[in-house]
Amino acid sequence: MEIRNKAQAGTMQSSDMMVFVEAADELIIEIDSTVFKQFEHLIRQRIEQQLKVLDVSRGRIRVSDRGALDYAIDARIETAVRRSQEG
Amino acid sequence: MVQNSLGRWIPQQFNGRACRPYCDPFSVQPNVQRASRALRRVNPGQSKLVSNLIDAVIASGLKDGMCISTHHHLRNGDALLNNVVRVIDTLGIRDITIASSSVHPVHAELIPYIHSGVIRGFECGVNGLIGELASKGEIHCPITVRTHGGRARAMMSGELKVDVAFIAAPCCDLYGNMNGCSGPSACGSLGYAYPDADYAHCVIAVTDNLQPYPVTPISIAQTQVDYVVEVERLGDPQKIVSTTTRITSDPIGLMIAKHAAEVIEAAGLLKDGFSFQTGSGGTSLAVADNVRKKMLAAGVKGSFGSGGITSYFVDMLEHGLFNTLFDVQCFDLEAVRSIARNPNHLEISSDMYANPFNGGGVVNQLDAVILGATEVDVDFNVNVNTESNGYLLHNTGGHSDTAAGAKLSIITVPSIRGRLPIVRDAVTTVTTPGETVDVIVTERGIAVNDNRPELKQELLKRKLPVKDIRQLQQEIVALTGQPKAVEFEDDVIAVIEYRDGTIIDAVRRVKD
Repeated sequence: MEIRNKAQAGTMQSSDMMVFVEAADELIIEIDSTVFKQFEHLIRQRIEQQLKVLDVSRGRIRVSDRGALDYAIDARIETAVRRSQEG
Repeated sequence: MVQNSLGRWIPQQFNGRACRPYCDPFSVQPNVQRASRALRRVNPGQSKLVSNLIDAVIASGLKDGMCISTHHHLRNGDALLNNVVRVIDTLGIRDITIASSSVHPVHAELIPYIHSGVIRGFECGVNGLIGELASKGEIHCPITVRTHGGRARAMMSGELKVDVAFIAAPCCDLYGNMNGCSGPSACGSLGYAYPDADYAHCVIAVTDNLQPYPVTPISIAQTQVDYVVEVERLGDPQKIVSTTTRITSDPIGLMIAKHAAEVIEAAGLLKDGFSFQTGSGGTSLAVADNVRKKMLAAGVKGSFGSGGITSYFVDMLEHGLFNTLFDVQCFDLEAVRSIARNPNHLEISSDMYANPFNGGGVVNQLDAVILGATEVDVDFNVNVNTESNGYLLHNTGGHSDTAAGAKLSIITVPSIRGRLPIVRDAVTTVTTPGETVDVIVTERGIAVNDNRPELKQELLKRKLPVKDIRQLQQEIVALTGQPKAVEFEDDVIAVIEYRDGTIIDAVRRVKD
């Protein structure tokens, strides 16, 4: 999928994350997290993996994480990417 | 550095005092006499009233390098400690040590005075920003964290010498008799201030509710008070006590609470004479609610509830489910009202509550206690002082005291907080040793300490979700992933004193 428009998904509640996506010429992933020190590497890895599954190779992905587990990361990324398809 | 019996590296000296390494919960014996202070004489006609805090500090003889204290019954509404430090600064006095019973986020106002050298250190644990900045190396002030019982012990043994105690007195007369029951800053029990009244070299009663002689009831008496000073406000009443404390509505908390109550029942403790303590958190209150229902169903009449008292315990007292409440601190307004009207709702000192070095504290008579944690580990050690990011953010309170004293100590914790696994290989900081912790209840299972095999069998028999603590730990990490370890520098910013005065752990500066 191609990220077309600005879109977002998620909440700022504990154990969730907000995902903001917009079109860009390359893939940029920006992570802010309450557990950045402990989990930044795993969060990045999971986002990259899910983007691969969705066949997204470019776009600016900005996440504000409040300690989301992997399944929540997957769901929020997918939702944001799908929403970016809409007009 | 030396290693204590839990394998924690502690300094040989901290803040000018030799550190004795922790060895076990019960074997250290006191070998000193009670601390003393000079006698004084107040003659007929002599007034104790001084016109303001400045005059009170001058009258107390406070000098550079001395130690002051306040109590924390006004909690995050306290204005007194900040005001006292401001006055000390105005008078040009420096290098003061703070030995309050606790320090709260509202006392972040003290930070500039740490930078400027008015405050040199803390002989007490700290809640909030002060500990965080110390952890980051942004302020330099040694912190010695003590339990409620340990503070009473340290003052009685003379290890902690307070030069001037400023006791916030919500209701006080001209001669220094005081209680916490009425007035705009009513906080109920003054339990933590008793050792200060007994051992501080100078005792100043500070009140925003000066009454004609004598006030009754008398919590702290005229015989212990040197000066009385009136101020406009002791604090912000809205923040002194929460108007209500409520049971959690979080399904995870409710599930944990249900299991915790079932563990108490399985341990065979729910019979006449049952004694019980919980904190004021939503999950703790939910445990109390479950226990209450079980007591009513079984027709059990308990003996006492203790600790920080909430409306839930008042209600149980008034419905005859407990005979007595032992109250060292009121957590809500209903508890404040109750201590004034119920003869069996007793104010107790932190000494009577939890001091390990006296004729036996209330904690020794406890059947069951419900406690929280920031982390626990596979050896059942509990951390309440630091968070998984390494920052010193919380004081110990009565955690280690009640865990050691109670027949059954139960830790209730969610297994994950914002992706952080709460059951660790090793806690970041040991507050309470695993030897004194019997059961850890999470929403993913109940872990029972190996030193309680019969209890484990009984829980299994009752089909409760018992799991080996290592299995539990692995299940949690499978969900969260393995966090990167927080890295620390060598410098020790705080020591965690166990209740007997030995050092159970040290807190180090967090690497950037």
